[in-house]
Amino acid sequence: MSDPVGYLPVAPGSQAPLNSPGYGSTHKRHPKQAAIRIAPTLTESVAPRMLERDYPAFADMSVHEGRQAQGERIIVGGRVLDENGRPVPHCMIEIWQACSTGRYHHPLDTHDAPMDPNFKGEGRVFTDENGAYQFVSIKPGAYPWRNHKNAWRPNHIHYSLFGAGFAQRLVTQMYFPGDPLLPLDPVFNAVADAGARDRLVCGLDMDIGREEWALGYRFDFVLRGRDATPTENPS
Amino acid sequence: MSKLIATASQTIGPYWSLIEHPEWADLLRAGGPNDGYAKGERISLTGQVTDGDGAICPDAVVELWQADPAGDYEAGFQGYGRSRCDAEGRFHFTTVKPGAVKGRGNATQAPHVTLSIFARGLMNHVSTRLYFSGEPLNETDPVLAQVPAERRGTLIARPTAPGVWSLDIRLQGEGETVFLEV
Repeated sequence: MSDPVGYLPVAPGSQAPLNSPGYGSTHKRHPKQAAIRIAPTLTESVAPRMLERDYPAFADMSVHEGRQAQGERIIVGGRVLDENGRPVPHCMIEIWQACSTGRYHHPLDTHDAPMDPNFKGEGRVFTDENGAYQFVSIKPGAYPWRNHKNAWRPNHIHYSLFGAGFAQRLVTQMYFPGDPLLPLDPVFNAVADAGARDRLVCGLDMDIGREEWALGYRFDFVLRGRDATPTENPS
Repeated sequence: MSKLIATASQTIGPYWSLIEHPEWADLLRAGGPNDGYAKGERISLTGQVTDGDGAICPDAVVELWQADPAGDYEAGFQGYGRSRCDAEGRFHFTTVKPGAVKGRGNATQAPHVTLSIFARGLMNHVSTRLYFSGEPLNETDPVLAQVPAERRGTLIARPTAPGVWSLDIRLQGEGETVFLEV
């Protein structure tokens, strides 16, 4: 069996450094020593296959136990691709977010905003054969987070994705177009490259939205790609 | 075909546990993907995650990825787990001991587990490997060989009780864990 093909190098500026001083929690948590780069082995080239049988999907976060959440209903959809432009099918996407008032359904969130009892803030979907996904939710609110004077996080949705190789694991956040808090947010701006930041912002898409029901937003994910087309083992 | 650029990672933040599923820390759980799996030696893996001050990180989450007892990743055992750190910053997994895994070329890798740490304050997850002390293959493992000898110990778990292995993760500072990237 041939050796696993390596992954494409990280494009300069496209990933936030672990040491991102504007974000206070990085100070004591980022490793000071550089990671050791290893050639990928089988371990780094395969990934857990998440099956809906074991990890059931729930694609409508706007309804909890039959009751409609408060706020602006949204549909988010798009595709998961790798850096070579290939769709990633059967990719498990975990989703979590604050409710419309900016409050997480979480005991540690003490933000003084009304918690929506009908919004739990957790979702899970799988991409189809073409790497496409879609879910329904509520537009999350901004919330304060004490990182600096009068710090507020822009509206955002968290995502966790499993690719076809463990090295493709991605956890990220999606932001909304035109949010005036974006230029002020140290987490968003920890990514140096403006294009890479822009790709964290979804786009309004009237084809994804549904008439007289919900606005739609498009957001595509790109997972790391291989630096050459893997050759199939003929045996 | 124009090349795309991978989406930027963003921190998991403090409220990731909205997607927490404590049962995922037990790879052998009833009703899970490995329900009824009977091969290999059942083990527990634990360790404490600490920051640059040595303070515990109770809000961190650790993910595990490993081969089955024969060293295979895709032969029926799903070697994936996720453990939230507890109030003492400790992760806990129940699993089976992995076997030696084929390496690059003709090499053989010593039994190992990949651990990825996600937390508030980490803009991207960091990954390392857990090896088992006393494994003869550790001496010839190609990845361990890349790690400076004086730091190699940060990857070697020690037995603390029969079937229980412990490896602490130090994110920063004295005894900082060696993290790996591909």
